[in-house]
Amino acid sequence: MATQKTLAATGNVLVAEAMRQCAPDVMAAYPITPQTTIVEEFAKFVAQGRVHTEYVTVESEHSAMSACVGASAAGARVMTATSSQGLALMWEELHIASGMRLPIVMANANRALSAPINIHCDHSDVMGARDTGWIILFAETAQEAYDNTIMSVRIAEHPDVLLPVMTTLDGFITTHSIDRAQVMDDETVAAFVGDYHPDLALLDDTKPPVSHGNFAGLGGPYFEFKKAQRNAIDRSAAVIKSVGEEWSAICERPFGVIEGWGMEDAELAIVAIGSTAGNARHVARELRAQGVRVGVLKVRVFRPFPFAEIADALGGCKAVAVLDRSESFGAEGGPLFLEVRSALYDRAERPAIVDYIYGLGGADVKLELMRRVFSDLSDIADGAEVPGRLVYLGAR
Amino acid sequence: MQQLTEIRWHARAGQGAVTAAKLVAETALELDQYIQAMPEYGPERMGAPIQAFTRLSEDPIEIHCNIEDPNVVVILDETLIAIVDVTRGLVDGGAIIVNTCSPPAVVRRALGLGEGVRVACVDASGIANEALKRDMPNTPMIGALVKVTGVFELEAVIAHLTKTFGKKFSQEVVDANIAAVTRAYEEVQVA
Repeated sequence: MATQKTLAATGNVLVAEAMRQCAPDVMAAYPITPQTTIVEEFAKFVAQGRVHTEYVTVESEHSAMSACVGASAAGARVMTATSSQGLALMWEELHIASGMRLPIVMANANRALSAPINIHCDHSDVMGARDTGWIILFAETAQEAYDNTIMSVRIAEHPDVLLPVMTTLDGFITTHSIDRAQVMDDETVAAFVGDYHPDLALLDDTKPPVSHGNFAGLGGPYFEFKKAQRNAIDRSAAVIKSVGEEWSAICERPFGVIEGWGMEDAELAIVAIGSTAGNARHVARELRAQGVRVGVLKVRVFRPFPFAEIADALGGCKAVAVLDRSESFGAEGGPLFLEVRSALYDRAERPAIVDYIYGLGGADVKLELMRRVFSDLSDIADGAEVPGRLVYLGAR
Repeated sequence: MQQLTEIRWHARAGQGAVTAAKLVAETALELDQYIQAMPEYGPERMGAPIQAFTRLSEDPIEIHCNIEDPNVVVILDETLIAIVDVTRGLVDGGAIIVNTCSPPAVVRRALGLGEGVRVACVDASGIANEALKRDMPNTPMIGALVKVTGVFELEAVIAHLTKTFGKKFSQEVVDANIAAVTRAYEEVQVA
């Protein structure tokens, strides 16, 4: 029977605990703030014999992901974790992992990219990897970071999917804050994720030999490989939902690809990802108590992007604010805004929509900023002009 | 207890404020409350001014930002009063607790605080020097916090310290900390 233990822990400690419970065969990782305590905790579990993982210490993130690719192709269950510049340094291997259809699970502690140098939270690192073919999940809380890590294994290794999954949590805000969370017993997690039996492992000599990542040049199947990747990530949407429902039935926490609060009759809505969704919801509760019809839509799954669900949820709103914690310099807005606006394009009734770039480099997401956004939305719903194509929220 | 209690800790790095923020949260968790504890991460230099935060609530806490409008401010080093805006955002009806030998009236004047805020003073460094043989004012300040705010009973802190410190430290250290917490609880002056 599933039993859960309530404890006070940081997001990173919980991610490391989830990884231990999923028992990867191989972890190859390089430490980087604010991811460090994940790999530190995990290394401790290995040293204590609490998990039987081949822990590969490498000299860079480029090597970390290279080792992960090799180990995963060999047939191992593989995990790693990184952040910011580390994720950027993995760039070419990220494409190799997804192109070779390797179900690697990687936690990312969301952090700004240099320059100027900054170790604090934003989503520039992950959003830079949004087109690498990885499934991307965002956690609002330490609890969700724990749950997403466990679900990632099932999603990645599902035969309809076979894609790497990036499970992300906000640097410092979620990685380092102590929060109340529930941890499942080891047996239940082990049973949930099951054993990994890949069909096409390099080291499986009970089957005909295979090779991975071959040359597929002009006239070769490169184009068709990419089409297969597109089909796989499209199929993953249904898997993410069903795995979420299955884990939800065990732990009694909800895991929609999006999570709406007050969206049934909201006129004004904020769309957010990561920890900021909680700040927006806290303010939305205050405004609801005053009779203002506000809602908050959290996007938990960024790749594959839940277009239809988001369009359905926002269809009835008068004005919508999208909060982007990263830039897409020169684009019409941040990455989340571009997707949300695109999701609404086919709808006959479209709300007014405005993009807010906020919290870059860990700029504190004060509740006052959330109040200002709802206040702007209220003005827009009353006929005020949308304040430019994007607003730098709270910038001096 | 009100729905959400927000505690902001001001200290110098090395005084144990982050541990104190965490101990208070963990104690509340044992009483089945929802909690958050986090430092504000910056350059980590011994002696530099730092802030830490604790949130306590009967309901799940959804906010993820620094504490701007605290119910309680705890100051582990009184020299910070001159260089940090320690009372920033402190709500009416709130409390400020200072590690100092000065009486509350003097501190109230120094901070320019009105009657709406309670001022509490305790010589936490003095207590720590005697009980712990070093100036580590964090655990005594928890004793003062508990007395002033009533967030939970002194016994809850002692039980939690016994459990967690008992895993890391000798019985002598555990007892000294409990003595320090208890003395600060008894000696804190509120006005």
